[in-house]
Amino acid sequence: MYKIVEKKALAPQIFLMDIEAPRVAKSAKPGQFIIVKMDEKGERIPLTISDFDAKKGTVTIVVQTIGCSTKEMENYEIGDSFEDFVGPLGQATELMSESIEELKKKKIVFIAGGLGTAPVYPQVKWLSQQGVKADVIIGAKAKEYVIMEEKMRKVAGNVYPCTDDGSYGYKGLVTNKLKELVQDEGKKYDLVVAIGPMIMMKFVCKLTEELKIKTIVSMNPIMVDGTGMCGGCRLTVDGETKFACVDGPEFDGHKVDFAEAMRRQTMYKSQEGSQKQGIKPGCGLEGGTK
Amino acid sequence: MGMKKRVKVAEQDPKIRATNFDEVCLGYTEDEAVEEATRCLNCKNPMCVTKCPVAIDIPGFIKHVKNKEFVEAVKVIAKYSALPAVCGRVCPQETQCESKCVLGIKGDAIAIGKLERFVGDYSRENNVDISETKPKNGKKVAVIGSGPSGLTCAGDLARDGYDVTIFEALHEAGGVLVYGIPQFRLPKETVVKHEVENVKKLGVKLETNVIVGRTVTIKQLMEEEDFKAVFIGSGAGLPMFMGIPGENLNGVFSANEFLTRNNLMKAYKEGYKTPIRVGTKVAVVGGGNVAMDSVRTAVRLGAEGHIVYRRSESELPARAEEVHHAKEEGVIMDLLVNPVEILGDEKGNVIGMKCIRMQLGEPDASGRRRPIAIKGSEFTIDVDTVIMSLGTSPNPLIPLTTEGLDINKRKCIVAEEGTGLTSIEKVYAGGDAVSGAATVILAMEAGKKAAKAINEMLTK
Repeated sequence: MYKIVEKKALAPQIFLMDIEAPRVAKSAKPGQFIIVKMDEKGERIPLTISDFDAKKGTVTIVVQTIGCSTKEMENYEIGDSFEDFVGPLGQATELMSESIEELKKKKIVFIAGGLGTAPVYPQVKWLSQQGVKADVIIGAKAKEYVIMEEKMRKVAGNVYPCTDDGSYGYKGLVTNKLKELVQDEGKKYDLVVAIGPMIMMKFVCKLTEELKIKTIVSMNPIMVDGTGMCGGCRLTVDGETKFACVDGPEFDGHKVDFAEAMRRQTMYKSQEGSQKQGIKPGCGLEGGTK
Repeated sequence: MGMKKRVKVAEQDPKIRATNFDEVCLGYTEDEAVEEATRCLNCKNPMCVTKCPVAIDIPGFIKHVKNKEFVEAVKVIAKYSALPAVCGRVCPQETQCESKCVLGIKGDAIAIGKLERFVGDYSRENNVDISETKPKNGKKVAVIGSGPSGLTCAGDLARDGYDVTIFEALHEAGGVLVYGIPQFRLPKETVVKHEVENVKKLGVKLETNVIVGRTVTIKQLMEEEDFKAVFIGSGAGLPMFMGIPGENLNGVFSANEFLTRNNLMKAYKEGYKTPIRVGTKVAVVGGGNVAMDSVRTAVRLGAEGHIVYRRSESELPARAEEVHHAKEEGVIMDLLVNPVEILGDEKGNVIGMKCIRMQLGEPDASGRRRPIAIKGSEFTIDVDTVIMSLGTSPNPLIPLTTEGLDINKRKCIVAEEGTGLTSIEKVYAGGDAVSGAATVILAMEAGKKAAKAINEMLTK
């Protein structure tokens, strides 16, 4: 059993949890994820690692309630336990395989969409520990949905909050902000790392293709085991089938078939379709929980 | 003198069982088991034993069944196998022990598998204690994977007095026994769980949710956690796809995904949250046991099930018994047919599968006649779900994260025949991780041999 040792609300329907999982905490690296199964009847849900503390043996996850499993998770309190918590899964961020000297020469901007701020944080934090200050664009629908901004400011270079409704920071989409930074303010970026809803990552990639900036995205397809044994999370990258759980979750965004990935994410979504197509009406909305 | 026929075993009615996940074969009653056991000739040179990969003393345990000494029969099998209730159910006995039974020459071979199953079930139902071990020697051995090879290796080492820990990536132990083989062939709650419990009763520790290669490495286990030897029994769980157009459409699954959702995650059961999508007409591509398991699962979930296989019926790699059961349950066999493309609607959902008819040519390297496409014979099957059951290969995760561990071009771990020793000192491997996808009993044999080799290495 994996004990919840901290729980905090970050925004409406978004909360943070520190989970006691010493083995995972010891091995976790930025870019990786975990799978949690709350109880006997639960499904396995992938969630990205937002932080980890090897000394305390804890792993931080940030969750948004979007389906019945995450709603159920919201009812768990400090002192409660999850039955299963496995990881770290997937590859660490590509950044970690580069030499620090190379990294220091690079100007990197992270684009965090909504809950995507959580998995961006450990990467920016790791870069900061190597002496690299990356910029971060944080996108949210409105002010109250901007999460982890203060924490991020401690480890990032410039932080640019954006809200759809203009209630805080820049008014507009993250793509518009990036365009403004590059085209109007003359910022030069060598690398974009975009993590958020697939639709956002898709549009970021469309823009950075025009801007000719290499872009890494963290894909969030439906997963079951997370260890490469089922292929439920498969994607087409550069014309080849890849398993996001073992080959990713990070890929070159300009090579990802987003249309296919977004379509596959909806596989279990429609309750109406579920009757017609013989889909067991389960939760099934958790594929994109990142 | 007419020879006695094999005692028939009761089965659920095909029409009823096609609507539930309860076990198809009901097994022998005590009287039936005793009656079947009396047919055994108790050969001086029992050929059946030579074809059992773990060399169970078959006449020995059958003699006890005949005399109604069931506890004694349990103890005889326990010396060789930790999973009798599993093997009695899923071994291909017709090509192993039963294939060499003398009675089989002129009549029915002894139902060794059904008798083994009876003994395994008796042991569980009557809580026979088989937890005897040698005194603890304090030496730690790590076993990676809790499938048949890992459970066997762990059990044997624990009996020899070792302090064994099994590391399992999933949340439940059993490997293919829990995620792959369906409930209707192998009950999980009773049979599999109990045989895993038996291994734990020998003092074996089980750590689930540990992915060796990610959560911890083999090097760390040996250097930081003081494991004196490691056995890798991580199986061959990586699914293959055909590489044809449309394979990533919504409604195309690997058999592993489909079966994992249903068996491990219990998607078929009320209250369990994992969803499953089965459609109304399902094509399972492939002809092995996994294909039969998938199509029979689809039928039970309410779909019309088709097996699409490129050779003919006599080449089907699945057990004859499973093919027979599948047909009884209404599965349609589309033989000498090969898919060339999966067709989707504008929303990306599967609406059909374009196939081509095949004919058999000359035998290939495997000795089976090679299927050749018949030009111009393309046609479309209307299906809304396709399950790919083309086989699996070993997961590359452990070799990728274990420096110095050699693999061959089939991605299988290279291990010494007979001992399972890998290219790394004190690291052994066995089962599907070494052989590629094979059978439960062969994995157990490999686990057994590695346990013996590890014991010899650590007592030197």
